[in-house]
Amino acid sequence: MVRFENVGLRYGLGPEILRDLSFVIPAHSFQFLTGPSGAGKTSLLRLLFLSLRPTRGLVNLFGHDVSLLGKDEIASLRKRIGIVLQDFRLLDHMTTYENVALPFRVLGREESTYRREVIDLLKWVGLGERMDALPPILSGGEKQRAAIARAVISRPHLLLADEPTGNVDPTLGRRLLRLFIELNKSGTAVIIATHDIALMDQYEARRFVLHEGRLHIYE
Amino acid sequence: MDLGQHERPQVPARARNLSPIVPRASIAGRALVAVVAIMTFLASITTGTVLLVSASAAEWQSDVASEITIQVRPAAGRDLDRDSTAAADATRGQPGILDVRPFTKDESAKLLEPWLGSGLSLDELPVPRVIVARVQPGSTLDLTGLRSRVTQVAPTASVDDHRAWIERMRSMTGATVFAGIGILALVIVATIISVSFATRGAMAANRPIVEVLHFVGAGDRYIANRFLRHFLRLGLEGGVIGGGMAMLAFGFSESIAGWFSGTPVGDQFAALLGTFSLRPSGYLALAAQTVLIAAITAWASRRTLFATLDDID
Repeated sequence: MVRFENVGLRYGLGPEILRDLSFVIPAHSFQFLTGPSGAGKTSLLRLLFLSLRPTRGLVNLFGHDVSLLGKDEIASLRKRIGIVLQDFRLLDHMTTYENVALPFRVLGREESTYRREVIDLLKWVGLGERMDALPPILSGGEKQRAAIARAVISRPHLLLADEPTGNVDPTLGRRLLRLFIELNKSGTAVIIATHDIALMDQYEARRFVLHEGRLHIYE
Repeated sequence: MDLGQHERPQVPARARNLSPIVPRASIAGRALVAVVAIMTFLASITTGTVLLVSASAAEWQSDVASEITIQVRPAAGRDLDRDSTAAADATRGQPGILDVRPFTKDESAKLLEPWLGSGLSLDELPVPRVIVARVQPGSTLDLTGLRSRVTQVAPTASVDDHRAWIERMRSMTGATVFAGIGILALVIVATIISVSFATRGAMAANRPIVEVLHFVGAGDRYIANRFLRHFLRLGLEGGVIGGGMAMLAFGFSESIAGWFSGTPVGDQFAALLGTFSLRPSGYLALAAQTVLIAAITAWASRRTLFATLDDID
């Protein structure tokens, strides 16, 4: 599904912050991505999400060499990827329900075809009572859950999550991990970037460790 | 997808009024509407005036082109009345002449009244006689033949087909239309620049929305369309206000011309532009121009949107 070969990344004329990354992420796989702050976890997620282009090397996503893709093709591939960012990126003028339903709107689906699905997912992540609330009045944890719900609602082929349990209590963290595991069982490849060792210990999965720009994989 | 063991209560799903993806309030529209309205008003006034001048000039030209004037000047040893009658008769015999009207002494005195005052006796002045002949529309008059026939019977006569005057009129009308097109071009360029700035501002204000839309897989065309409908509406709003004001101005122009009639300025305008009223086709042209400016607003906005989206991605 995803293949990196000798990928390197630098910002401008700065030093290379990711070096010689070579790995494969098969379909239906589950992996944690960890490493110290500044190791390049978010940059690697952005490479996987196609919002950054590698300085060198080959990135192949869903069978496409990303260096050959145009903007429309990238947008089309992104519809198959869900992403949860540390800063949530919710739209403040839309309710929680509308934020979560946004991927369906972009796909051009009628509201009646996805309404039940969105409401069910919001209840599952504990936001059933906050459906009509606007993001500015949500707590950090609620925003995080809304961002996760938006990333998973369209059942992406690949889910990228950057510190998805960073703002929630351990109980809710376990519940969200469970959501990712269920999503993975239904066919989504999952990559969770986290510092939370306790979270990683809860589930047996491949670990990608980034250190000084290089990737070490522990099966 | 089974999300867990928990029973999911069945909540009745209800229809929702979804918020627009790009909120209307996030686009500083009032200033843009004002700019587009002013530009459309200026463009419409320019177009309307050009149409008025062109229509009046065309009328003068067709009136003048369908007439020729024969002037018989007094000369020593010549009988002016007899020469006039002979010239008129010679003109009547020319093919393509519909009607010949020699001006009598009294009528000639009337023509000179504005300059020389009333109660004028032409016997004391060497005033030429004027003969006006109407030419059959569409016919080609043998002017050289007519000239020689007239000068044979009245050597002091000259035949004027107003060609020089018509040429001057044509060049004046051409200059007016050219200036009008120049002003229109400037107005359109100013509109495009204003709209591009407004679009860039709106995109900067809504950058977080654009980024989120990219995250959920929206293509540039989808995002641009969300903004474009706002700009098209703003363009139409401004266009309708500006174009409507200009149409009202032309609608009332007849009354305005009435208020000024009798004043030197009013009389000059009346002589130049007639009743100062626009024909129905003129109003149609103004309406089409309003739609054109709204379309230019949308086009300029779309162009800027795609350029800005390239920068944001």
